[in-house]
Amino acid sequence: MVPERRDLWWLEPLVIVVVLGTFVLYSVYAGLANANYFYEPYLSPLYSPCITANCVHPHLPIVGSYWNLSPAILIVAFPLAFRVTCYYYRRSYYRAFFWAPPACAIPDARKSYAGETRFPFLIQNLHRYALIFATLLLAFLWWDTFLAFNFNGRFGIGLGSLLLLTNVVLLSGYSASCHSLRYLVGGYLDSFHRASLRYRLWSWANWLNARHARWAWASLVVVGLTDLYIRLLSMGVLTDLRIVF
Amino acid sequence: MKIWRGEGSAGEHVEYVVPIDAGMVVLDVVHRIQATHAPDLAVRWNCKAGKCGSCSAEVNGAPKLMCMTRMSEFATGEAITVSPVRTFPLIKDLVTDVSFNYEKAKTIPPFKPKPKDPDGKRRMYQEDVDRVQEFHKCIECFLCQDVCHVIRDHEENKPSFSGPRFFVRLAALEMHPLDTNDRLDLIRAKHGLGFCNITKCCTEVCPEDIHITDNAIIPLKERVVTAQYDPIAWALRRIRRTGPALPAPSVPPSKEPPSA
Repeated sequence: MVPERRDLWWLEPLVIVVVLGTFVLYSVYAGLANANYFYEPYLSPLYSPCITANCVHPHLPIVGSYWNLSPAILIVAFPLAFRVTCYYYRRSYYRAFFWAPPACAIPDARKSYAGETRFPFLIQNLHRYALIFATLLLAFLWWDTFLAFNFNGRFGIGLGSLLLLTNVVLLSGYSASCHSLRYLVGGYLDSFHRASLRYRLWSWANWLNARHARWAWASLVVVGLTDLYIRLLSMGVLTDLRIVF
Repeated sequence: MKIWRGEGSAGEHVEYVVPIDAGMVVLDVVHRIQATHAPDLAVRWNCKAGKCGSCSAEVNGAPKLMCMTRMSEFATGEAITVSPVRTFPLIKDLVTDVSFNYEKAKTIPPFKPKPKDPDGKRRMYQEDVDRVQEFHKCIECFLCQDVCHVIRDHEENKPSFSGPRFFVRLAALEMHPLDTNDRLDLIRAKHGLGFCNITKCCTEVCPEDIHITDNAIIPLKERVVTAQYDPIAWALRRIRRTGPALPAPSVPPSKEPPSA
């Protein structure tokens, strides 16, 4: 079937493939590198929380020194699961990578289609659990951000501090605007009467949720940029701009 | 303007050249062609105001209401292609058989209200009305059904998938504060909610700007998750079943109204 659309319908899936693909490739490289992820006082968000004894900046050294691989490997599953099962990212990668469909009113690439009714796509239904784990990781990222303003016991503001702050704000916004969170805080109710707190929380989540796509993209890009900045600082390519009081 | 002419599976685009006036919409041009060149051109229309949902078609491949598509959207001299909606069988020219939708509508259990309050009234609160009000804006143009790739590109899914329009209807009923019917298993098993991969095309084409995916389908998916897939929710249900029985409602059941 030949599509009649003559507009640039292919542009959106192309941009998604480029941006998402670039992020995935970069984060695989950065996550496996096991080097240049810390530059005093900044810790890359891809390595937080650092849970191995060999980590340059351990948060919770619950994994002994026998673990010689990158500490990022042990934690990457949680933010990855949150993004992979995210309703917004599902829309994006089903379109751009699966071509199911590549754009509206453009034919699917495959002849048969079962959607999310079978394994492994049935796992998408556990997005709320990915949200819970990703939210727990946010606590570590906020702690990292707090430390990023501490320069040897003195308060200061560096470009890295601001990047880490932007990163954690965007990640918090991304989590707070999650469709599953909107459901869990009150969306499951049929009546909000006599549930004023849940109604208020649901209303806030609704407002944020309407901008979920923006939170998703902005947080993705800034995570990558933050790691890149710290990596370049650690490699000596860049010098951190900072004011220490 | 190139308009699809034909019956059943046979047909082709036929080009017509007519003058247009300022302010015309695609449906106006189709009517002018009907009046001047093709009196036998079949087209379904009614209100010309974007409220009856009759004149759904695909304009340059995009599902749209012809009465809401202004000619000024197109460049001067640009060829405009008008085709019938692809998801439903063609009857003639721009008219399709949309009875699939009416058959699906029959399978939805109707509104079943709670007993009345002791004063003989039923009450809904504004915050609850606000949420479901959006769903009642639907004009049943079936553009969302047309663009949904689950049935548009996969005819074999039609028996097991109802489509976005009916998820809007089901969401309106499921979130209704006075409704007592539980349709969640039906939504998963019979209406095929799991087939939806939330690519949001239904939302993009909705002329009433209903947030079909975000406000109807995804909340339904979350409710189905709680009912069917969430292990903690399942465990909690098991614990509650073994607990003490809930006290009987203090309100005596009243006679239900003859219809919803």
